[in-house]
Parts: sequence; structure tokens; C-alpha cells
Amino acid sequence: MKVRVTITPKQGILDPQGVAVERALPALGFKGVTDVRIGKHVELRYDPPGGVSAEQARADVDDMCRRLLANPIIEDYTFELDEG
Amino acid sequence: MSSTSPQPVRFGVVVFPGSNCDADAHHALSTFPCATVDYLWHKDTDLKGVQAVVLPGGFSYGDYLRCGAIARFSPIMQAVKDFAADGGLVMGICNGFQTLTEAGLLPGALIRNTGLKFVCRYVNLRVENAQTPFTRACAEGDVLRIVVKHNEGNYTVDPETLAAMKANGQVVLRYCDADGVPGDAANPNGAVEHIAGVCNETRNVFGMMPHPENSVEAALAGGADGRRLFQSIIDTLSGAEVTS
Repeated sequence: MKVRVTITPKQGILDPQGVAVERALPALGFKGVTDVRIGKHVELRYDPPGGVSAEQARADVDDMCRRLLANPIIEDYTFELDEG
Repeated sequence: MSSTSPQPVRFGVVVFPGSNCDADAHHALSTFPCATVDYLWHKDTDLKGVQAVVLPGGFSYGDYLRCGAIARFSPIMQAVKDFAADGGLVMGICNGFQTLTEAGLLPGALIRNTGLKFVCRYVNLRVENAQTPFTRACAEGDVLRIVVKHNEGNYTVDPETLAAMKANGQVVLRYCDADGVPGDAANPNGAVEHIAGVCNETRNVFGMMPHPENSVEAALAGGADGRRLFQSIIDTLSGAEVTS
């Protein structure tokens, strides 16, 4: 299955890149831009031998996120699974 | 850990793919007559009997994903974790500090500098806790002048953990001005409360963003303030009188 993971700086953690972009957008004439957060997008395929239930796959991907793809001290993550 | 043996203290410097301050750390330690230094390859699974481990600066594994995120899975890191759990002294410098936080051996994390730029300059560091194996050759309030060179040196940690760290003396070094006063102007990266170096609860694991290994020779531009941190480790391991 296809997995898409979105990682963003945790709320409350300063995101210097987001702040810089938020300051730059008004210079292009876009007013009213707030809450810019810059993160990462990870795509992967997860097809363990013997197959895996959707529930187990969710648990496994959550484990991947917690232990490597994101650093839970500074980052939040969400993910989507897509059969096929 | 304490002994009165005249044997030199044996240091190990870990070499990850992408480490680039490993030779500097090796050289710095080799300037101490009472120390020997070996390299430890990231694929090694034991520490070859060294008494203190240094994780050097650099860009281990290309800083892929997050700084230090991949290095923590190197075979040598399991040995380093076991060593630390037994009370062994582990010092992480710059990328080594980042790796220790990713490995969960130190609290907090290091994120992008507030200024979004790689910073390479001298900083002043106030010794906040001289009762650690890494700072005992200093006194509280001493100011050390050492260089930083990093892009992700902005130390961050949740408020509850920070409060516990402060209560336990785990904030070891802060960026400060030449008079020893911490402040925004002296802080090169936006680190919370100007933190430059921290230790774990048991004070045997220590990480700092500045590079003491580049300040070990008074005749060179870098000065020699970095010596005092390495000397502290040597004093600790060679059984010099502990004042704490």
C-alpha cells in the first residue's frame, strides 16, 4: 500500500523557515497570510511479506513515524494509507 | 570510575560517515600527555575498552531526515548507549550533540537556527554548572571563548522538561557576553534560554553545540579554553579529587 506522511513542526515550537516565508509573502502582495508552518512530506510503499491488515499497517506506520520519520519532541505527523 | 592509576585516560572518537571534526577531536585529545585516543568506526560494535567517548561534529549521514537521526542507528551507538547506561562518560559535540538527542540520551532537540543561516563565529559560554565530569576544571560563572559552526544549533525542549533540567543542574553552558551575562545578542541560534550545552540526569552524558576541540592551543587563534572541558574528563577519570 501507498503511505503518505506529513510532518510539521509541533505547535509551540518556533519554525524559523515558516516565519521567514510568512514575512516574505506580503512582499508579493498577499495580505492576511498567517500560521505558515514548513514541514516534510514522505511517501513510501509498505507491503510486508504475507500482507498486513489495515489496522496493523496503521500501527506499523505510526511506529515508523514515532521512531524515525518524525522526532515527536519537535514535530507532529499525520499519515494516510492508500490500498493498491 | 575513579582510580589513582597513572595510566593515561583512553578516549574513543566515533567516526560516522560524514563526520568532519573527528580528526580535530582526535588531535585535540592527543595534545594531552595524559590521554590516548583511538578512532571508533560506526560499524564497530564495541568500544575497545575506551574510558570516554566523543561523538564529533560534522554531517553524519548527510544530515538526512534530521541531523543525527540516522547516526543513532549505527551499530556503535548501541555500545555507546550501554556504556552510558553503565555510567560511562559520553561527550557529543555539535552533530554529536544532535545525535545524542536523537538517540534519547539527552533531553530536547536541535532545530534550525532562528536566523536561517549557518553560523560560524566565536561565542562566549557561561559555565552554569561546574559540578559535572565535563566542567569540573572550571568554576561556575567562568566564561569560555569557543567557536560555533552550525546550521541547526537552536536547542529546544518542552517547558516541563526544561524546568526539571534546571532544577537538576542539567543546563551546563549558556551563550553569554564577554562579562558572562546570557542574552539574545550573544545567542547565535535562538536556543531556548541561551542554552549551549546540557547533560543528562546522571551527568555522565553531555552535549554542546560549540567546538572545544578547535580551542586547545593558546598559540593559535582559537585560544585554549576548550582544554578545560577535556581536562575535566581527564581529571574525573584519573581520579583527581572530586569536589562535588
